[in-house]
Amino acid sequence: YLGNKKVMFTERLEFKTPKDCDAMPIYRCVDSNGNFLDENEEPKFTKEFAQKIYMEMTKLNTMDKILYESQRQGRISFYMTSYGEEASHLGSAAALEQRDLIYGQYRETGVLLWRGFSLDQCMNQCYGNKLDPGKGKQMPVHYGDAELNFVTISSPLTTQLPQAVGSAYSFKLSNPTKSSDQQRIKCPVIFFCRNNGYAISTPTSEQYSGDGIAGKGIGYGIHTIRVDGNDVFAVYNATKAARELALTNCPVLIEAMTYRLGHHSTSDDSSAYRSADEVKEWTELDLPILRYRKFLESKGWWNMEMDKQWLSKIKSEVLESFNKAEKVKKLPPDELFNDVYAEIPEALKKQKTELLNHLEKYGEKYPELENFEK
Amino acid sequence: EQNKFASHFNFYPTKYLNEENKEKINLCQAINQALNIALEEDPNSVCFGEDVAFGGVFRCSVGLQNKFGKERVFNTPLCEQGIVGFGIGLAVTGSNAIAEIQFADYIFPAFDQIVNEAAKYRYRSGNQFNCGKLTIRATWGAVGHGALYHSQSPEAYFSHTPGLKIVIPRGPSQAKGLLLSCIADPDPCIFFEPKILYRNAVEDVPVGKYILPLGKAEIVREGKDVTLVGWGTQLHVLMETADLAEKDLGILCEVIDLQTIIPWDVETVAESVTKTGHLLISHEAPKTCGFGAEMAATIQKECFLNLEAPIERICGWDTPFPHYSNSYYTKGRT
Repeated sequence: YLGNKKVMFTERLEFKTPKDCDAMPIYRCVDSNGNFLDENEEPKFTKEFAQKIYMEMTKLNTMDKILYESQRQGRISFYMTSYGEEASHLGSAAALEQRDLIYGQYRETGVLLWRGFSLDQCMNQCYGNKLDPGKGKQMPVHYGDAELNFVTISSPLTTQLPQAVGSAYSFKLSNPTKSSDQQRIKCPVIFFCRNNGYAISTPTSEQYSGDGIAGKGIGYGIHTIRVDGNDVFAVYNATKAARELALTNCPVLIEAMTYRLGHHSTSDDSSAYRSADEVKEWTELDLPILRYRKFLESKGWWNMEMDKQWLSKIKSEVLESFNKAEKVKKLPPDELFNDVYAEIPEALKKQKTELLNHLEKYGEKYPELENFEK
Repeated sequence: EQNKFASHFNFYPTKYLNEENKEKINLCQAINQALNIALEEDPNSVCFGEDVAFGGVFRCSVGLQNKFGKERVFNTPLCEQGIVGFGIGLAVTGSNAIAEIQFADYIFPAFDQIVNEAAKYRYRSGNQFNCGKLTIRATWGAVGHGALYHSQSPEAYFSHTPGLKIVIPRGPSQAKGLLLSCIADPDPCIFFEPKILYRNAVEDVPVGKYILPLGKAEIVREGKDVTLVGWGTQLHVLMETADLAEKDLGILCEVIDLQTIIPWDVETVAESVTKTGHLLISHEAPKTCGFGAEMAATIQKECFLNLEAPIERICGWDTPFPHYSNSYYTKGRT
């Protein structure tokens, strides 16, 4: 019946219990001071590559701080930070090829930055101005870029998961391999789970009672690994190896263990459901950016002076980009009718005319119109 | 004649086709031909769903796997949300994805993927990504003994969702031409196949490829006194009603097959009602918030000065679709 596995009979009445299986271990490469525990695990980054990872992590962190504050000031409507999860973004993004297609949830901005999504693009999207490639239709942080092979983010959770499998199958169809596995639907896909301990206010103890997400992978017949999500190298190595496996049409699951340091979003105050001590403990013990900087410093690739200069430079770049985006107008009001369908249906054209006539007559009741293109 | 499983309608074959090159086939074979053509034309097209590989529980995909291979025609796990999500992903990367949902009654687990994802893909990405190459086929409508979960007509649920196209054919000729249009269309389409017609409906269908336009209603029978609008199986009920009305009452009915539920052909219906002054809409689905309500409201606005009587809706009752009193539910000859 199992198709993919051989199974024995037993004459003993015995239930397997969750305790019979140890929790899957967490793969790590460096300790909290950035020192390799096993030198063989070091992925031999070049200096430039290693620095770029750090610079994108800190760029993300700097942008998060400024955009979070700007939401507090009411200048953008919504924001979600990535505090504490920068290593999982950059470690995985750096291990992939630019042509690999990515589907995300919403807390993966570092992946886009690695691929070349500019600060301007981030700001334009958050402001929904006329330069936003998404044409101002979605809430802030719902980024997407076809040229960077990053599928546009949407709010409904996990809808992207079966879609990613479909896209992977499509790639498999256009690149036939000689593999003759019986499960023809098997696809070149990596599932990457950021396990940060919370889903808004809900701790993992209320999300599942098994061995996390990694514990489920084997049940689906998927190669699985659990990694230290605050360790760039562990994330990088696992993703690199997963990519190799995936290319043989073998799906892989990576569960990156991390901690959501920030609030869930700007609409959330996390002190309502977790203690300040808990957050403080993670901040003091294991900041992924700090851990990675210590590694760079041990290599002689980074120092205090460089850090100061870089952080000040990136901060002014973020602010400059932010101020620029704030001044850009939005698309005309009737843009809202475009892209519902490939072509606007007749009935919708009528509604568009209706809106335009309405605005012509009652435009003065809409003071915000001056922020929109005519 | 009085067999308790007898259908509630007589099939009215399409007679307007003049093509030399035609053959008598049923609706099931028409679907099969359309799928064959789609798979032949585009090497990036795939057919998948529950039990599609061996030919499908209604035999619509018979022979396709042998002809096009297991990579292009295949079974999926039993999970509708997965089927549609998977199809969207295929379409996003340019494959022509033809997904099957075994019964329209079981499309609801995929409602989120259809309504929140497929329908909004192009809009929310500023046209950077789209899943226009997705077509979802599902068997649809009353079948005589299908009870609650093998009889439903869920088109109105989807008609409230901008971004989708919903198409329902009334017979083999329309099924083939409209399905090929859906597959070629740049927007995600749901194609509902009236399952009671799979074998009951046999008529001359052109051999080879042809398409019928989406968003266009068809005047199936011309008349001057009253406009009857329906779709799918109900169109045949309306045709018989028109015969009876003419014979017993001397009323000449104009019968319109809507074919595309959204975006629907307001113009053709409004023009007809302007001429006749009367409108009767009929569908199998429950009355309240059925698609007939949308049509009635629109036509009332468009044709207010021409209407000589209130618009009538003859629909399913506002109950689940029952097993024991199926014939009281699918009314229409009265």
